[in-house]
Amino acid sequence: MSTMVANNKRSFGSTLWDYLTTVDHKKIAILYLVAGGFFFIIGGLEALAIRWQLVKPMNDFVSAGLYNELITMHGTTMIFLAAMPLIFAFMNAVVPLQIGARDVAFPFLNSLGFWLFLFGGIMLNVGWITGGAADAGWTAYAPLSTTSPGEGVDYYVLGLQISGAGTLIGGINFLVTIVNMRAPGMTYMRMPLFTWTAFVASALILFAFPALTVGLFLMMFDRLFGSGFFDPNMGGNSVIWQHLFWIFGHPEVYILALPAFGIFSEIISTFSRKRLFGYSAMVFATVLIGFLGFMVWAHHMFTVGMGPAANSIFAVATMAIAIPTGIKIFNWLFTLWGGNIQINTPMLWSLGFIPTFTLGGMTGVMVAAASADYQFHDSYFVVAHFHYVIVGGVVFALFAATHYWWPKMFGKILNDTLGKVTFWLFFIGFHLTFFIQHFLGLMGMPRRYWVFLEDQGLDLGNAISTTGAFLMGLGTIVLLYNIVVTSVKGEKVGSDPWDARTLEWAIPSPPPFYNFKQLPLVRGLDPLWIEKTEGRKGMTPAEPISDIHMPNNSFLPFVMSLGFFIAGFGFIYQKYDLVWLSLVFIGMGIALGAMLMRSVKDDLGYHIHKEDLVKEAKE
Amino acid sequence: MAEKTSLHPAQLDYEKQKRKEEMKQQVITFALMIIFTIIAFSMVIAELNKLFVIPVIFVLAAVQVGFQLYYFMHMSHKGHEMPAFMLYGGVFAAFLTILALAALVWW
Repeated sequence: MSTMVANNKRSFGSTLWDYLTTVDHKKIAILYLVAGGFFFIIGGLEALAIRWQLVKPMNDFVSAGLYNELITMHGTTMIFLAAMPLIFAFMNAVVPLQIGARDVAFPFLNSLGFWLFLFGGIMLNVGWITGGAADAGWTAYAPLSTTSPGEGVDYYVLGLQISGAGTLIGGINFLVTIVNMRAPGMTYMRMPLFTWTAFVASALILFAFPALTVGLFLMMFDRLFGSGFFDPNMGGNSVIWQHLFWIFGHPEVYILALPAFGIFSEIISTFSRKRLFGYSAMVFATVLIGFLGFMVWAHHMFTVGMGPAANSIFAVATMAIAIPTGIKIFNWLFTLWGGNIQINTPMLWSLGFIPTFTLGGMTGVMVAAASADYQFHDSYFVVAHFHYVIVGGVVFALFAATHYWWPKMFGKILNDTLGKVTFWLFFIGFHLTFFIQHFLGLMGMPRRYWVFLEDQGLDLGNAISTTGAFLMGLGTIVLLYNIVVTSVKGEKVGSDPWDARTLEWAIPSPPPFYNFKQLPLVRGLDPLWIEKTEGRKGMTPAEPISDIHMPNNSFLPFVMSLGFFIAGFGFIYQKYDLVWLSLVFIGMGIALGAMLMRSVKDDLGYHIHKEDLVKEAKE
Repeated sequence: MAEKTSLHPAQLDYEKQKRKEEMKQQVITFALMIIFTIIAFSMVIAELNKLFVIPVIFVLAAVQVGFQLYYFMHMSHKGHEMPAFMLYGGVFAAFLTILALAALVWW
């Protein structure tokens, strides 16, 4: 195809249009990566502002109100707008390649999922410029959230509703893709672990996000239309929000953590030059964590007053999760054992992850003990715990994946020395920031307070914590510098720079837009490695070269998402003046009109012809 | 259905037999579902004890959903393991949610 050559010499306008309309999973991955990275930096800046406020006792860097907005938006941004989309970035970039597919099952929906997420994310942040972002904590507990003045929490509700729909669409898409689009020979028990974890995480998305959707709808009606679902004076119950939020919120932790485990499994196996130890046990543990993840949400609510019976049940179920997680930790260690280990940036992140995450898991069992949790609850001990799990597990994985799959996504290896500098700055900074917070919490420092008093034994610990936060910021800056330097000066690499094991490394970097010229024949776990050990250079094709069916680009996902975005403003501001309802009609009109257009207009895609594929191979 | 013509006669007989069998099952389940519905309505009309009627109606409804999925929507056929797994996963999650809300909040 000549379009590939033309790609390199396009004007900025046509590249932009290409990305606005793309349905190619590899380009959507890049969109997720850029948008998620952007929100990661915003959330990071918010974190730095929080830490700077707490650098010394009774600091007045920010006001109490702004501090509340900062902690709320830091949590919400990092979970929904940074970690989730970055996970989706790598799922998009890698999963179709790992199972030997030409794209995801629903390319149009894939694009729709991204644009819904982006517009939802923008909506969440609009509050900053219209007089105050959400300030009721990322958990938005009622009645704090239902009575919070201004529109901040409204932006939270509508923004999360829109981006949540995008996530749900993405999850369903990956489920269908993995069930239906595996290459010949790619049985379930031959799927790479990243694909497996993406699969289970997608199932969790399917079952967990509806709870959030329901909760947000109830919250929306309470705040905007005068209902009283969470208002005891009107016969409601504010604890219902907590249940709905955590029925979603706890599986959410595994939606993030499972793909992270998958990423580390790939990296540790590749750079130990061994197949993953206990592959089937790893798969079993992944599924088990997925199941148990639904039975533990109330451990976030031990102090609500559910009674000792409920607390005990949820405490035991929570501790049970340590078992499959332990299986995973030991399997990684055994994969390393006796391996021909190569230490580079992705591997450093993986090796740093194991002890860090184990610490987070240990404190997890501590806070799971319901009686002890009365002491830990809402203290910095909990803050330290979940940052060990989410930064030490998920963010480390995202950094590792960035370095590991960058050559596949962009055709160039990120500079390894700079990568190691990033790692050490971030790793040391991370432990400086959060390790001390365990002790601050045990000494009684409560979460979410904007100041603390002098001479209560908290001064030094907080100063150390802030220092660490800035080291993490520095590490991130080095990574950004690394990306720029690599993009400008980096050398092109071949299809398999790591001498890796899975299918994505069997095709050129970056892959052609149709991925596989011929679908590969998969003959076992680590299919590329099998072929390499038998002296072949690439995969054996499972089909002759033939026409490839491709979907057409479409601008409609962008338009639909824009429609919902506009309607969101209408829903919020109609509480002041019903004139704003016109925005609801305009926005919903745009979105529904775009849906109608999609429904009535047949879009059958196009074919890449066999002759063109053969000609391209000769060039 | 181009393959149909190329089928071996014995295979064709077998297929016919299977279709017939399936048709029979569908008719039986259809009749059962109508009977269930009549039972449900007559129980309400007869004004039996509520504590008895409500759970029985729920059980009948659950059985009917099963009939619908397995006999009319062909989930009893091969190749539906993954949809079944997902379905039961969803039922499991929804059940836990309702059970917990009922036991912890509304009770």
